[in-house]
Amino acid sequence: MTLLVAFTLFVLAVFLGLELITKVPATLHTPLMSGSNAVSGITLIGAMVSAGTDHSALTTWLGFVAVVLATVNVVGGFLVTGRMLAMFSARSTKRRPSVGEEPS
Amino acid sequence: MSRLDLVAAAYLVAAVLFVLGLKSLGRPRTAPRGNLLGASGMLVAVLATLLDRSIVDFRILLAGLVVGSAIGMVLAVKVRMTAMPQLVALFNGFGGGASVLVATASLVEVGDQGLVDDQFAVAAALTALIGAVTLTGSMVAFTKLQEIGSLRSFPGLAVLRATMAIVAVVASVMVVTRPGDQGWMWALVAAGALLGVFGTIAIGGADMPVVIALLNSCSGVAASTAGFVLDNSLLIIAGSLVGASGLVLTQIMCRSMNRSLFDVVFGSLAASGVAPDASDVYGDRVTSTSAEEVAMLLEVAERVAIVPGYGLAVAQAQHAVRDLMRTLNDSGVEVVFGIHPVAGRMPGHMNVLLAEAEIDYERLLDMDQINPTFAQTDVTIVIGANDVVNPSARTDPDSPIAGMPILDVDESRTVVVVKRSLSPGFAGIPNPLFAADGTLMLFGDGKDAVLDVVAALLNG
Repeated sequence: MTLLVAFTLFVLAVFLGLELITKVPATLHTPLMSGSNAVSGITLIGAMVSAGTDHSALTTWLGFVAVVLATVNVVGGFLVTGRMLAMFSARSTKRRPSVGEEPS
Repeated sequence: MSRLDLVAAAYLVAAVLFVLGLKSLGRPRTAPRGNLLGASGMLVAVLATLLDRSIVDFRILLAGLVVGSAIGMVLAVKVRMTAMPQLVALFNGFGGGASVLVATASLVEVGDQGLVDDQFAVAAALTALIGAVTLTGSMVAFTKLQEIGSLRSFPGLAVLRATMAIVAVVASVMVVTRPGDQGWMWALVAAGALLGVFGTIAIGGADMPVVIALLNSCSGVAASTAGFVLDNSLLIIAGSLVGASGLVLTQIMCRSMNRSLFDVVFGSLAASGVAPDASDVYGDRVTSTSAEEVAMLLEVAERVAIVPGYGLAVAQAQHAVRDLMRTLNDSGVEVVFGIHPVAGRMPGHMNVLLAEAEIDYERLLDMDQINPTFAQTDVTIVIGANDVVNPSARTDPDSPIAGMPILDVDESRTVVVVKRSLSPGFAGIPNPLFAADGTLMLFGDGKDAVLDVVAALLNG
C-alpha cells in the first residue's frame, strides 16, 4: 500500500466516522463509547503478527503483552457493552405484553 | 484466490461490519445488534490474521489470546454498573498500550533488518507517542474515578508539561532520523507516558466525561497510526472510525459544558469569571425540610421530575430512586427524569445507572426535552447535582459557568434539593437555587433521604 492510498483510507474513514455518530441519544453515549472502544482494540491483529513472528525474543514478548492488552480491550469491551445494552432492552421487552393487554 | 487476497477480503468484511456496528449502536432499538456486528467483525479479523504468513509460532500468540480473554471476561462480568466509568478508562488505556507495543515491536524488527523508511518511522513515532499518552492518561483517569490516591495539579505543572512536550518532539525527530537507535524510541515512549500523566493529572471530576470521550478518540487514532506502521488497511479504517466518532462525542460533551476542549485539557475554569461569596448568596434564605414534608408535597403532585447528578452514583441511590418512582406511580403521579449531558463522570453515566435500577429509558428525558416542561412540573427533586442546575449560568454573565446550558429546574413549582450540605459543586461557586423561594433543602445522604421519603409516603 502506498502512503497516498493509506492516507486516502484514513481521510475517508474519518469522514465516515464523523457522519456515523450524529444525533445519538444520551442513553446510548456510554454503550457507544465502550463499543467503539472495543473496536479500537483492532490493534490486536497487529499484536498477533508481532507475537507470532519469530524475529527476536524482545519483539515476541512485546507482541505477547500487546496481544493480552488488546484482547482484554476487545473481549471486555464487547461483553460489557452487551451487558449494558441488555439492561436497556430487558425492560422494553418486559413492557410489551402489558401494553398489548390494555385493550382487553 | 491467494491467501493474501483472502485475508484482504476478510478485512473488508470486518471493516463493513465495524461501520454497520457503529451505526447501529447509535439507535436504541438496533444497539444490541450493533454490538454483535462489531464483535463479529473483530472475530473475522482475528481469524483472517491467523492466516498471515509471517506468523510462524502460534503458541505465544494463542497464550496471549487466552490470557487476555480470561481477564476481559472476568472484568466485564464482575464490574458493578457504578464502576463503569473506571472500566471504560481502563480498557481505553489497554488499547493505547497495545498500540505502543505493536509500534515498538515493529520498529525493533524492521530496524534490525535495516529497512526503516521515513514513512514507517514517522508512523511508528506517532503511534508510540499517542498510544503512550492514551495509556497513562487513561490510568490517571482510572485512579481518579476509582478514588485511589489523590492526584492533583501542582505548581510548575505547566512547565513540566511543556518540557515533556518538547522532549517528545525531539525524541520523535530522533526516531525518524536515526531509526537504528532503539534508545530514542524508548525515550519517546517514556516522554509520551509522562505527558499523559501531566496532561490529565489536573483535570477535575466534572470534566471527566470530556476526558474519557477524548481518550477514547485517542485510542482509535493510535490504532489508526499503527495501521500506517504495519501497512494494514483494517487498522487504519477501524482506528479512524473510532477516532472520529470519539471526537464527535467529545464535542457534544464540551458543548454541554459550554467549554472548549482547550479549556478542559489546560484547566482554565473560572479564569474569566468571578464567583460571588457564598454567604451573600445564601444568607438566611435557605429553607431546610424533612422527609415527611417532602412526602406531603409529593402526595398532592401530578407531575414530578427527578434530576440526578454524580452524587446519585456516589450515594448508590439509584435503587432508592426507583422505589420512589414506583411508589409515586402507584398513586398516579407521573415521574420523569431530567438528564444533563455531562451529569456524572462519563457520557451517559446517569442513563446507565438508572437503567441498572430498571428505570425505563423512555422516562429519561434529555435537557432539550425536559426544559420546556419544568413550568408544568409540581415538584422537581434534585439528587446529587449542583452546577448543572445552577441558574447563575443563565442570569449572571460574570459567573464562571455563564452560558453553560443548564436544566431549568427553578421553573417548577417546588424544588427539593437532596444534598449533604451547602458545599459548592465542581465549579466551586454557590448555587442561588438553594436559596430560592420555591426551593426546599433536604439535607442528608442521597440514598437514606430518598428511602425516608418513600417510607413517609407509604406510611402517610
